[in-house]
Amino acid sequence: MSTTAIATDLGLKPAATAATASRSVSSVEVTDYDNRQTVGKIVVDNAKMICRGVNVYYGEKQAIKNVSLDIGANEVIAFIGPSGCGKSTFLRCLNRMNDTITTCRVTGQIKLDDDDVYDKSIDVVQLRARVGMVFQKPNPFPKSIYENVAYGPRIHGMVNTKAELDDLVRDSLERAGLIKEVEKRLNEPGTSLSGGQQQRLCIARAIAVHPEVILMDEPCSALDPIATAKIEELIDELRENYTIVIVTHSMQQAARVSQRTAYFHLGDLIEIGETDQIFTNPKHKLTEDYITGRFG
Amino acid sequence: MSKPNATAVPTASRDIKTIVNATLKRRHAAERRFRWYGLLAISLGLIFVLLMFGNIIGKGYPAFWQSYIQLPIKFDAAILDPEGNRDPHAIENADYAALVRTGLRALFPNVEGRVELRALYALSSSDAPLELRQQVMAHPTLIGTEQEIWLLASATVDTFVKGNIDRQAEEDHRPIKDNQIGWIDQLQATGKLKQRFNTILFTSGDSREPEQAGIRGALMGSFYTLLVTFLLSFPVGVATAVYLEEFAPKNRWTDLIEVNINNLAAVPSIVFGLLGLAVFINFFGLPRSAPLVGGLVLSLMTLPVIIIAGRAALTSVPPSIREAALGMGASKLQMVGHHVLPLAMPGMLTGSIIGMARALGESAPLLMIGMVAFIVDVPKSFLDPSTVLPVQIYLWSDLPERAFVERTSAAIMVLLAFMILMNGLAIILRKRFERRW
Amino acid sequence: MLSYLLLTLALLSSAAYYLGRNRAFAVANGHIRNLHSLPGFYGSYTALWCGLPALLVLALWVALQPSLITDLVVAGLPPELHDLPADRLNLVVNDIKNLVNGNIVSSAPNPAILEAANHYRNLRVIGNSALWVVIVSLALAGLAYSWNAIAPTLRARNRVEQIVTLFLILSSTLAIFTTVGIVLSVLFESILFFQHVPITEFLFGLQWSPQTALRADQVGSSGAFGAIPLFSGTLLISGIAMLVAVPIGLMSALYLSEYATPRFRAIAKPALEILAGIPTVVYGFFAALTVAPLIRQIGTAMGLQVASESALAAGLVMGVMIIPFVSSLSDDVINAVPQSMRDGSYALGATKSETIKRVLLPAALPGIVGSILLAVSRAIGETMIVVMAAGLSANLTGNPLAAVTTVTVQIVTLLTGDQEFDSPKTLAAFALGLVLFTITLILNIIALRVVRKYREQYE
Repeated sequence: MSTTAIATDLGLKPAATAATASRSVSSVEVTDYDNRQTVGKIVVDNAKMICRGVNVYYGEKQAIKNVSLDIGANEVIAFIGPSGCGKSTFLRCLNRMNDTITTCRVTGQIKLDDDDVYDKSIDVVQLRARVGMVFQKPNPFPKSIYENVAYGPRIHGMVNTKAELDDLVRDSLERAGLIKEVEKRLNEPGTSLSGGQQQRLCIARAIAVHPEVILMDEPCSALDPIATAKIEELIDELRENYTIVIVTHSMQQAARVSQRTAYFHLGDLIEIGETDQIFTNPKHKLTEDYITGRFG
Repeated sequence: MSKPNATAVPTASRDIKTIVNATLKRRHAAERRFRWYGLLAISLGLIFVLLMFGNIIGKGYPAFWQSYIQLPIKFDAAILDPEGNRDPHAIENADYAALVRTGLRALFPNVEGRVELRALYALSSSDAPLELRQQVMAHPTLIGTEQEIWLLASATVDTFVKGNIDRQAEEDHRPIKDNQIGWIDQLQATGKLKQRFNTILFTSGDSREPEQAGIRGALMGSFYTLLVTFLLSFPVGVATAVYLEEFAPKNRWTDLIEVNINNLAAVPSIVFGLLGLAVFINFFGLPRSAPLVGGLVLSLMTLPVIIIAGRAALTSVPPSIREAALGMGASKLQMVGHHVLPLAMPGMLTGSIIGMARALGESAPLLMIGMVAFIVDVPKSFLDPSTVLPVQIYLWSDLPERAFVERTSAAIMVLLAFMILMNGLAIILRKRFERRW
Repeated sequence: MLSYLLLTLALLSSAAYYLGRNRAFAVANGHIRNLHSLPGFYGSYTALWCGLPALLVLALWVALQPSLITDLVVAGLPPELHDLPADRLNLVVNDIKNLVNGNIVSSAPNPAILEAANHYRNLRVIGNSALWVVIVSLALAGLAYSWNAIAPTLRARNRVEQIVTLFLILSSTLAIFTTVGIVLSVLFESILFFQHVPITEFLFGLQWSPQTALRADQVGSSGAFGAIPLFSGTLLISGIAMLVAVPIGLMSALYLSEYATPRFRAIAKPALEILAGIPTVVYGFFAALTVAPLIRQIGTAMGLQVASESALAAGLVMGVMIIPFVSSLSDDVINAVPQSMRDGSYALGATKSETIKRVLLPAALPGIVGSILLAVSRAIGETMIVVMAAGLSANLTGNPLAAVTTVTVQIVTLLTGDQEFDSPKTLAAFALGLVLFTITLILNIIALRVVRKYREQYE
């Protein structure tokens, strides 16, 4: 059975009708979120970010369909789902990284605390300083380790003296669990590190600007198991100070690091809930099929 | 892992939102400024293109018109054919200048005195008697008749009529004198001085007299030179590209060839001129100023361009086609000849046309091999001394007369027109045969 | 004459093709499958045998005949002419050739020369007739041999393909021959030059006035061939050009690749590339007749002393010429920086210009340096703009408003005009050419290395 057929069976909108459906959604339905088919509780008490009726289009194609969910403060929330389900697209909406793609259009509402992320008054520079991001492939700048971490604080004018900057860099590297490995070689290029170290350097670079939320787009997919374990451990520690949204296609990883999990399928948010519940007792057939490994 | 030291984070107490907020104004201003610089840079480049084109067209378009004076010419049999036997030799050597002088005097009967008369005769070009001779030789029946004939005016008259000599300037400081201005005004008033399309520019060779100078010789020279260039560089370039892309083993030798090609593409063109002088002229004893030698030099220069374009065209042919051909039992050469080469040909032709356009505009190496001579005759073969269009431009640009400045610009317009034509052809070819695999 | 011979050869070859093909049909008894190769290959085989050896001999003959005849004529000259010094003898030979070709001769021809010219003419007629006979018989012999050789078992396709492959290989080596030719031609003449003028004086001398050494008895004694003023002039003009081209080219490339909408880019990029397609002689004309007078006017209005052929005018226009060169090379380099670098910077909240200045440019720096080096080599070797807009006076100055001269200008001036080929004046041009070639070669090799290394870094 094809996935589209499953979707139709379950009373979901098939992808083909998406274009017509989108027009009605775009203007309305910020309050319509109760009616959609997402299974589970999308609302949390201490929400850091609130997303309502989010649609994303690439030209004519709709990649995200009317997704609503809350991201709680100081929680790790995992987005899972098969490839091409839109979880990364949705993640990139949260700090407007999709702005760089000219054909991409976002409707609906995303709030960070009380600020509407897509409001005209919101400065994307400021937004991205508040919502940091770590990418799938480690992408250290072709600069020294020190300069990589110092980059954010420098451009944002966070420090006034060299001593302050030194402290900030060391502190960030320490929080990223990298300081012991690189203490003696801060002036070596960031690219000289191993893959796992590079990814932790990117995390250090992100937390150096003291963001409120950190988005992680499959941060371990390019890493070996040992490096992955280190990053997962780090994510758990970081939760103390930051809200973390992680996209992963490893279900084990989602189970290990997150408190809540959201399951995406073909641009729809199918199910959301406590991680334990999603993995032990999924309520939706599609979620169950996915986590039991029937497709994905 | 030790707990982060609270004092080590001086900014932790401050909210990132407010920190960034404080910098936003300055940073966005910097952003706008940077954007502006970029736009400014592009505009500067484009403005220069416009300025240069505007300047050259502004200077050059009057050259396509030329002043002619209508004179009453009496084809006096006593001058042209005193013996009365219509001997072609006698007619050819008759004093046609006298006819022109008589015609001018007939228009202005009041002019007297040697100096005055000389000024009057200077209105007409030295080409006028030659033109008359040609007409009489073609139609001997003209002898004995009287005709109103349009004859070429001198360059000074032409320049004055086009408004490029200041009438108000002091007489000693301008090439045209008061009495001449008076005559010109009179001629214009009676409709006997007119501007006509300048066919001479396209039909005659170089000349010391601006009004008789044309680019025909240079155009033919360019044609022969480019023909040699194409005939040599295209087959060799395609063969090299095919060899390197389809046959050559990857070893030091082919590496060396590749490095050589890349370097040759960046060698200054004048060095190729030195090569041509030392090898083709001094060693092989080929004649100087010949399109053959020019073509040889330019083909060596154009080869790297064609090879590089050819290889790009060959790599864009998908390997599946090669495999299919070889799978059918074709030999490697048959595979290339029947399948790969035809598919890559449009790309190769495009590259070659662009290379040819570059060769057409090239002048420096041709100066080295003597294609800068003053040559009046239009070349008729690969070995006749000749010049090419860009070199003609270079030669004319050195001449101070306003009429030559005008012609230089006109020659540039013709050259640019050819370049646009060739590049346009290349673009059309590319569009027409572009294939997405 | 030659074209008729070539035409005959072409006709013979095409005839050979048909003969060979028909012969193949005949020996196969009408069944092509009896043959090793397709009949066309037998035709090509015959045609190649007919045309190729004849063509090779023809080329050799044409290359050697004139010098052979000249030698024979010189040998036959009466002793008083024959024993003249080499350069005078050259003049005599020139006179003879001019007489033969019906050109105007420098002096009234003396009887010995007239006779020699006749001798020359006779030899040429004999030579040409012999050439016809030899070539045509060679072609026919080749045709006969290969026609006889055709048999069903003859591997005609392999033979033909071998020859074609040989042609491909030979073609590809032409690039090497060209380089070797360049090196040898400039090197030999330069060595001759350095026998007249010591290499150290040439490379480090401060005085350049080749005109003073024109008289033959003065050779090498007082000629001023110190090339430093030329080098400094070249550097000055190229420097001005780079000052124009690098910022404008780089900023254009950055704007086009990072800011411009696809539509703007689609229009502006080709428009800018027009600059690269304009012949340099056009730039030269514009520099000499418009820009230089303009600069002079502005300078004079500001109370400055401006030469009418200022380095500034040539440099500015040359800079504009190089803009598209810098911009398209930088464009490639900037686009090679992976998108993930930009994403990483944007995700930290950097603005576009911050990303460009702090991430993109440092990352692309090696590549950009490579492109700039290529542009410098282009500027140094540029000829027409400086020939037309820069002066001839070899001033050793850093003043952009003064007139300076360059290496390329001097090469052109030394080699255009009438002079003996072996005078130090013309040889100096080759020495300058050697310097020019060496410097641009080094720049190119470094630049290509740097750019390639840079590309590999991001592959």
